[in-house]
Amino acid sequence: MPDGVAAATVRKRPNWVPYALLAPGLLWLVVFFVLPTLSLASQSLQTGDVYNGYSLTWHVQTYVDALSTYWPQLLRSLMYAGLATLLTLLLGYPLAWFVAHRSGRWKNVLLVLVIAPFYTSFLIRTLAWQTILGDQGLLTSLLDRLHLTWALHGFESFLGAVGLGSGSQLLYSPFAVICGLTYNFLPFMVLPLYANIERLDLRLTEAASDLYASPVQAFRRVIWPLSLPGVVGGTLLTFIPATGDYINSVLLGSAKTTMIGQVIDAQFLRVLDYPLAAALSFILMVVIIVLVMSYVRRAGTEELL
Amino acid sequence: MPSLNDLPSQAALVRGLVGRRTLMLGAGAAGVAALSACGSGGTKATGTGSAAPTAKAAKDMSDTEKVVNWSNWPQYIDIDDKTKTHPTLEAFTKQTGIKVNYNEDYNDNDEFYAKVRPLLAAGQDTGRDVWVSTDWMVARLIRQGYVEKFDLANIPNHKNLVSTLTNVTFDPGRLYSLPWQSGFAGIAYNPTATGGKAVESVDQLLTDPTLKGKVTLLTEMRDTVGLVLLAMGKKIESFTDADFQAAVDEIKKAKDSGQIKGFTGNDYTKPLASGDTAACFAWTGDIVQLRADNPKLGYTLPATGCTYWSDNFVIPAMARHKKNAEILINYYYDPAVMAQVVDYVNYISPVDGVLPVLLKSDPAVAQNQLIFPDAATMSRAHVFRGLTPAEEAKYNAIFQTVVTG
Repeated sequence: MPDGVAAATVRKRPNWVPYALLAPGLLWLVVFFVLPTLSLASQSLQTGDVYNGYSLTWHVQTYVDALSTYWPQLLRSLMYAGLATLLTLLLGYPLAWFVAHRSGRWKNVLLVLVIAPFYTSFLIRTLAWQTILGDQGLLTSLLDRLHLTWALHGFESFLGAVGLGSGSQLLYSPFAVICGLTYNFLPFMVLPLYANIERLDLRLTEAASDLYASPVQAFRRVIWPLSLPGVVGGTLLTFIPATGDYINSVLLGSAKTTMIGQVIDAQFLRVLDYPLAAALSFILMVVIIVLVMSYVRRAGTEELL
Repeated sequence: MPSLNDLPSQAALVRGLVGRRTLMLGAGAAGVAALSACGSGGTKATGTGSAAPTAKAAKDMSDTEKVVNWSNWPQYIDIDDKTKTHPTLEAFTKQTGIKVNYNEDYNDNDEFYAKVRPLLAAGQDTGRDVWVSTDWMVARLIRQGYVEKFDLANIPNHKNLVSTLTNVTFDPGRLYSLPWQSGFAGIAYNPTATGGKAVESVDQLLTDPTLKGKVTLLTEMRDTVGLVLLAMGKKIESFTDADFQAAVDEIKKAKDSGQIKGFTGNDYTKPLASGDTAACFAWTGDIVQLRADNPKLGYTLPATGCTYWSDNFVIPAMARHKKNAEILINYYYDPAVMAQVVDYVNYISPVDGVLPVLLKSDPAVAQNQLIFPDAATMSRAHVFRGLTPAEEAKYNAIFQTVVTG
């Protein structure tokens, strides 16, 4: 009865093994995510001050104050992150497509190039944009040489008109912040897209054209739906950290581009109003979760995966 | 949501988000229970409770361990440009046998405070024996019992402290703190970006249309609001809540009009030098150093008054080498040593007797009004009054509504 013996040994494997394997990960999550989140939630409902300590008073008013004072910064963060995500998608999709299907033996080199910016610090990369967009910066002097200063001024006026610039400067504007965000988060968009697009069977486009689909139709009805998991993954990886980012706004923005991350930083470190800062962090977290949930649901990727 | 970023595959990410709802609900219920649990007990340790706590002292290891751990602001000491070493520190080690672990990890008062506060509140060693904090931060540290009283017998040179700084409100008689460097905050401008125009008053800085969108102010509340208060004819030694609010409103008006580009720490220097910033509030030492490279840069101590501040040596609670730290402070209160530092950092010396040394060794520095101000210049200098904890919290909150508003 060899079969019976095998079955018995399988059945006899102690059922704590999967839990034991899960334990390190769970422990990690509990210590570095669940507990901090609870502590944050608790902090946001406390009253007191740094000198005399805090006590939990379920002071919900803090949330009302946080929202009524800082909703513009929250909205602005979502808008900048949204625009940056859209831009990374527009830039990243063709790029990922090219790397996956058109780069031949250069594929690995190109992939490394996509990640190459990570070899320098986030801060340095963002500072570089100051040098590029500054009044006496690379872009200005290049356009100057090419006698295209008029185009620059035209673009600046355009930015001013649509509310993304001051009308006379590229740097220190919403435009610069969105550029910085787009640049810094582009790899987070490209890599998931690449992973997805690379696996697509290109013969499907041939099949589509055999069935009289135009290239646009083939893309819209076949390729795009199939690449949605990559798009969703990429947009989440870009949008979520970009919303909370504050380095880009600090270095490339102005006093009028303040993002929610800067507000939280200032409330924690300078004003020492820990409950308000915690409430703001919590609001940000909830807003992002709600947005992401509804987005994922709309994209309907559950069935696709 | 940091855990989301760690998930390896996109599929898992999306699936996890959608499928976890039930789990999250469960966690929510457990969370409420845990919330009540961590209330007062868990966080009470953050405060000290009593009114005048004294700092906890550790066993002083100075006699057996010949080291001192010093945290200071970046580029705030003499540097030998060739060897990248600090000559006065090397001389100190040669003279006393005490090795100095010199760390430039004090970038910002608030940031540094956030870093060491949990350790100090828990009565633990911060790993540092001495650091350099700005006046108002020293006031806070003394109030909270986070810094130790000096043994002045180890610092005989403290008698060299300039008389104007011996009796400050936050530390009468200088029992806990001794100034390292002092300076003014005033207005700096880059003539290439202002069209050759000088910027001579705070009013001009906040309203002149030629500077529009190219002005930065400081994130240091006392300097920014202080300079504006002075320009409004108020005394920063004794202003009222209404005065403060009026000054903040003035700043807000300039910000809303697009005059002000932003608020900065030390990082105003690069854009000012490049001309991306036309004019800004700035600290004297920075400007003297910048002018060495670009003599065209202008600096104004407004006729209405400028702020005068000091950064001070303090010894944190539980410091393990307190005596060595005191010996170090004593060393820098020797005018000949302080002269070398001032000659490099170009701030104002809190130590008497530095001027005669520099008149001989570096007359250009000795004659600079921003480094050795005469009585007329000093008459424009004002010190921001001490704030109670409640005032500090209130004013910080009001100021931040403009900075991040």
